[in-house]
Amino acid sequence: MKIVVLVKQVPEADKVAVDPETGTLIREGVASILNPYCEYALDEAVRLKESYTEKDIEVVAISMGPPQTKSALLRCLELGADKAYLLSDRKFAGSDVWATSTALKEGVSKLEPDFDLILTGKQAIDGDTAQVPAETAEQLGIPQITYGIEVKIDNKRIEVKRETDEGYQILSTRLPALVTMSKGSNIRRIPSMKQVLDSRRKPLDVVSADDLELDENKVGLKASPTQVSRVFAPPTKVGGDVIDGSDPKIAAQKLLEYLVNNKYLKDV
Amino acid sequence: MLEVDIDACTGCKVCERVCPFAAIIVDPETKKAKVLDNCTLCGTCVNACKFDALSIERKAVSEEELLLYKDVFVWGEWERKEDKITTKNVVFELLGKGRELADKLGESLAVVLAGKDIDHLTEELFHYGADKVYLCKHELLEQYSTDGYATVISSVIAAEKPSVVLYGATPNGRDLAPRIAGRLALGLTADCTGLDIDESRQLIQTRPAFGGNIMASIYSPYTRPQMSSVRPNVFPKPKPDTAKQGVLEEFDVKLSPINIRTKIIEEIISKDEGVKIEEANILVSAGRGIGLKENLGLIYEMAEELDATVAGSRALIDLGWLPHPQQVGQSGKTVAPNLYFALGISGAIQHLVGMTSSDTIIAINKDPDAPIFKIADFGIVGDIFEIIPEFIKLLRMRKQSDL
Ligand SMILES: Cc1cc2nc3c(=O)[nH]c(=O)nc-3n(C[C@H](O)[C@H](O)[C@H](O)COP(=O)(O)OP(=O)(O)OC[C@H]3O[C@@H](n4cnc5c(N)ncnc54)[C@H](O)[C@@H]3O)c2cc1C
Ligand SMILES: Nc1ncnc2c1ncn2[C@@H]1O[C@H](COP(=O)(O)O)[C@@H](O)[C@H]1O
Repeated sequence: MKIVVLVKQVPEADKVAVDPETGTLIREGVASILNPYCEYALDEAVRLKESYTEKDIEVVAISMGPPQTKSALLRCLELGADKAYLLSDRKFAGSDVWATSTALKEGVSKLEPDFDLILTGKQAIDGDTAQVPAETAEQLGIPQITYGIEVKIDNKRIEVKRETDEGYQILSTRLPALVTMSKGSNIRRIPSMKQVLDSRRKPLDVVSADDLELDENKVGLKASPTQVSRVFAPPTKVGGDVIDGSDPKIAAQKLLEYLVNNKYLKDV
Repeated sequence: MLEVDIDACTGCKVCERVCPFAAIIVDPETKKAKVLDNCTLCGTCVNACKFDALSIERKAVSEEELLLYKDVFVWGEWERKEDKITTKNVVFELLGKGRELADKLGESLAVVLAGKDIDHLTEELFHYGADKVYLCKHELLEQYSTDGYATVISSVIAAEKPSVVLYGATPNGRDLAPRIAGRLALGLTADCTGLDIDESRQLIQTRPAFGGNIMASIYSPYTRPQMSSVRPNVFPKPKPDTAKQGVLEEFDVKLSPINIRTKIIEEIISKDEGVKIEEANILVSAGRGIGLKENLGLIYEMAEELDATVAGSRALIDLGWLPHPQQVGQSGKTVAPNLYFALGISGAIQHLVGMTSSDTIIAINKDPDAPIFKIADFGIVGDIFEIIPEFIKLLRMRKQSDL
């Protein structure tokens, strides 16, 4: 049995800022990490591999990204993936959701056509779009379950606990299928020394657009329906009065007055 | 064009059964799939074919073709509350914005409403601005499913050719919209905070990127419809006009159980279900500044006096002091109450993006340099444990004098 985990490398989001003068991103010194939700997905795959005893499970991590994405895949190998592929090519540059999922679909179906389950993060913390998995599933023609927090394999089917607005749902579907993972009970782990050493012997292959028989018209900027027309710093709101609260009685009284003056509380 | 790979086609008739338009048949003579003239390229059959015998070559739409796409559509998501089916608030918010866009384009505004017992929802949709409702009713749409809803809504889109389609970025909206975008090879911009029409009639979609540190304007120049999702509480809910009428069009849907590949086994309503921070008028939101879990008691006391709902920053949710549905911010919920109290919250950008559209923001923080003061309408530099008890005392005194 084979589980493919789609992973993405992201900049540590809270460290990115905009130069207020030029409106461009300041990326210097911003570290790249494996997207935390992808790490939960990988963790779930490894947990299934360890706990599902009926069949041997192979865990394959796949990512599309620039060459430095290798470090995210190395982390997947350390955390228990058996092998990894990096889809990397200048031709992939500028891919939006549609073009990214096209590349991932081709990657999965050409490299691991006999996959049973695909696990992904529920969203990547750089863009928070949460769209790549569903578009990939659609392109592969397989069912999807989003916001999963626990996956159970039962022969040719899976049962997934899914977060909803109201609570939870238990859903079932047949394999092959794609599940996007929220946090659940999985945690971000620190690999042991042995895991790190073992990972160095595991295969990590770099795959180009040509290897996947994808030309420029199918991937990258040219194949992307959405385009960014402008990037700018968010408008800054001007704050109102800030008062000194060292005398709590006065401060509380002033707060009350403010609420009454602005009609949030009735005048009495 | 929908192409049939004759060599791969086995004549299994799955396409015939799943096509919502009866636009593909297996020719009784050749025993191969044959595409009829009424094919809308909705893609349902391509997805269902197990032999990869069907494919759609999608090209960018040319300028003349762009003009064929008209009208602004909103997905009419509903929810079941105590066995009553009601339209989700975000749909009304989208109708408010959709009305603006449709007026700028000189086009109409329509809701695509899919479900089973949903007729009673249409009137209210007209009141909130819809000119038209496409009603798609089917037994198999009684509960939300990715496959069922994606099939029906793609069919309406493929047949009616809208220029814009808007979805609420709710869990199901985020499940559905990319599935449709994938099927129809369309662009889709998630979590837009601004939508507008430019001089060349393009939809300009603005959204925060990199955790709210920058804003990006995105458009889809060559494909139609242009699709966006918007979080609840981002756009204001318009005032309903109970005199407004609209056109109801029943859209025939054909669905069979083989279309729907996921099954709901169990539905668990969580005990925190009553707490809907996105619907509260007043939110009392606490951050790491409360120090200990026990101190939440003070926050609840204050909330009770104000008839408010309690929310929190991610710090508290990560500590497990409040459940995730009560988290405000980028990875939680976007809220826009009339009144937002930020108590012991520093005001990290990921928190701010979730609450800046609140009407009035009140902040109490010990640190005069806390970024929350930059956006607060009224700030107090001080200790919440000194000020809030005094404030609660004052509120209680008022109540007594009121009696
Ligand atoms: C990808 C990503 C997504 C995120 N999403 C979210 C999100 O959705 N929501 C969210 O909230 N955060 C989010 N964060 C986290 C965010 O960056 C901050 O870490 C978080 O908001 C901080 O919470 P806080 O303000 O409660 O805590 P702190 O930043 O620790 O602030 C505590 C504040 O309390 C004040 N204080 C302490 N004691 C007192 C007292 N006695 N009286 C008054 N004031 C006191 C301090 O001066 C301080 O300003 C996200 C981060 C990342 C990287
Ligand atoms: N370039 C990529 N390579 C591999 N997986 C990706 C890529 N982009 C997105 N994903 C997967 O899709 C999930 C959601 O990402 P997003 O749609 O960008 O929010 C991620 O957690 C990954 O599992």
